[in-house]
Amino acid sequence: MTWQPLWLSFEIASLATVLAVVMGTAFALLLSWRRLPARDLFDAVISAPLVLPPTVLGYYILVMVGNSSALGRAWEALTGSTIVFSFTGAVIAAAVGSLPLVVRTVRVALEAIDPNLIAAARTLGARPPRVLITVVLPLAGPGIVAGGMMGFARALGDYGATLMVAGAKIDGVPTASIFVMDQLLGGHDEQVFAMSAATTAFGVAMLYLANRLTRRVRAER
Amino acid sequence: MTELVAMIELARGDFRLSVDLTCPPGITCVMGPSGSGKSTFLAAVAGLATPERGRVRLGGEVWLDRDRGIDVPVHARRLSYVFQGLALFPHMTALGNVQYGMHDVPRAERGVKAAALLERLGVAHLARRRPRTFSGGEAQRVALARALARSPQLILLDEPFSALDRELRAQLTALVRELVAELRVPLVHVTHSVAEARLLADQVVRIERGGVVARGTPAEVLANVTSLDE
Repeated sequence: MTWQPLWLSFEIASLATVLAVVMGTAFALLLSWRRLPARDLFDAVISAPLVLPPTVLGYYILVMVGNSSALGRAWEALTGSTIVFSFTGAVIAAAVGSLPLVVRTVRVALEAIDPNLIAAARTLGARPPRVLITVVLPLAGPGIVAGGMMGFARALGDYGATLMVAGAKIDGVPTASIFVMDQLLGGHDEQVFAMSAATTAFGVAMLYLANRLTRRVRAER
Repeated sequence: MTELVAMIELARGDFRLSVDLTCPPGITCVMGPSGSGKSTFLAAVAGLATPERGRVRLGGEVWLDRDRGIDVPVHARRLSYVFQGLALFPHMTALGNVQYGMHDVPRAERGVKAAALLERLGVAHLARRRPRTFSGGEAQRVALARALARSPQLILLDEPFSALDRELRAQLTALVRELVAELRVPLVHVTHSVAEARLLADQVVRIERGGVVARGTPAEVLANVTSLDE
C-alpha cells in the first residue's frame, strides 16, 4: 500500500486552501459591502462551483488557465512550464472548488460582527485599513479558520476538476481520490478501503473542527 | 471657546430629522421619546450618518458643509463616541481598548497613560481582562476611559448608562460631570432619564418627531416634568 497519493493530495489541498482563504476572504469582504453593484449576481457566480458538474468546472478552469489563454501564456513565459497537467493546475482546480465554501463561511463571520464595533473604531480615529486589520479580521478570525478547514476538506477530495486540469497523474502519482478510482477499477478493494478511510477521517476531522470553531464564534458574540 | 454648532437635515423613509443646535463646552442633554431622532443626530455629528443638508462645526473646524462639499471623514473628526451598547472591542483587553484611540501618544507612553486612565476611573484591576468578564458598571467605566484617552474635542454619549441601576448611574454621572469640567469640551448626552438630565446638564434639548421642541437650562425645560412621556 502506497500513501504517496494521500501526501500529494495533502500538498495540493494545503496550497489550495491558502489560495482559497486569501481570495475567499477578499471576496467575502467585497460581498459584505451592501452597496456593491450586482451583489447577488456576483455571489451566485462565486458560488457556482458548488452546483456545477465537476467536468464543467474543469472545462471553465481550462478555458481560463489553459495553454491558449492569456493567463496560461503569461505563466508559461514566466516559469517555462504550463499550468495544465501540472501540480499548479491541480492546486488551482482544488482552490476554485473550495472557494465558495470559504466565501460563505467567512461572510457569515463578517456579518456577525456588531456594526457598532466598526463605527467605534472609526470614531477612535482608525482609517479603513486599520479598522480592517485590528477589528474586522480578528473578529472574523475563527470564521476564516473554519472556512479554511471546510475548504481543505473539500480540496482533499477533489476529483473531476483535478482530473480535467491536472490529468490522472502528477509526476507519476495520482491524487488520493483518483487513486481510489484507479484501484477500484483494478479490483484492489483493500487499497480502496484504506485510502477511502484515511481521506474520510481527515475530512470529517476538519469539518468537526470547523463546526467547533463556528460555535465558538457564536458563543463569543 | 470650542462650541459645537450643528444643523442637520436628514430623511430616512417617512422619518425626517431637522435639528439646529449649538452646544457650548459643558453638558448638553438631548432628550426625547424613542424614535425621535436623538441617536441619528449624534451619528450625523460624528459622520456615521450622512445628512441630505447640514453643517457641523466645532470651534473653527468645519466637519460638514453639504453646500460647500465639505465632509471630513469620521476618523479625522476629533471626537469620542460612547455607544449605547458601549462597543468595547471583545478581542482586546481593557488596556488594549483604551489604547486604541491614542494615535498622538508615543507608542512607549500609551500603556502608562491608558493604565492611569483606568486607575482614574476605578477599574485598574481590569487592565488585562477582556470585556466579556466585566460587569455593567465596569464596562461603562472602561468605555469612558477609552473615550477620554483620545483627548477629544467633543464627546458624544448615546444613552450609555441606560442599563445601569440608580446607584451606579449616579456614580457615573458624577464622574462624567467631573471629567467634563476638567476637559472643558462640549459633551452631548442622549438620555431618557429626567433625573440624570437634572443632575448633569448645563443645557437640555428636547427632540420630538425629528425636531427641537424645547431648549434651555434644566430648570426651564424640565420644570414639572417627571417623565418624557408627559
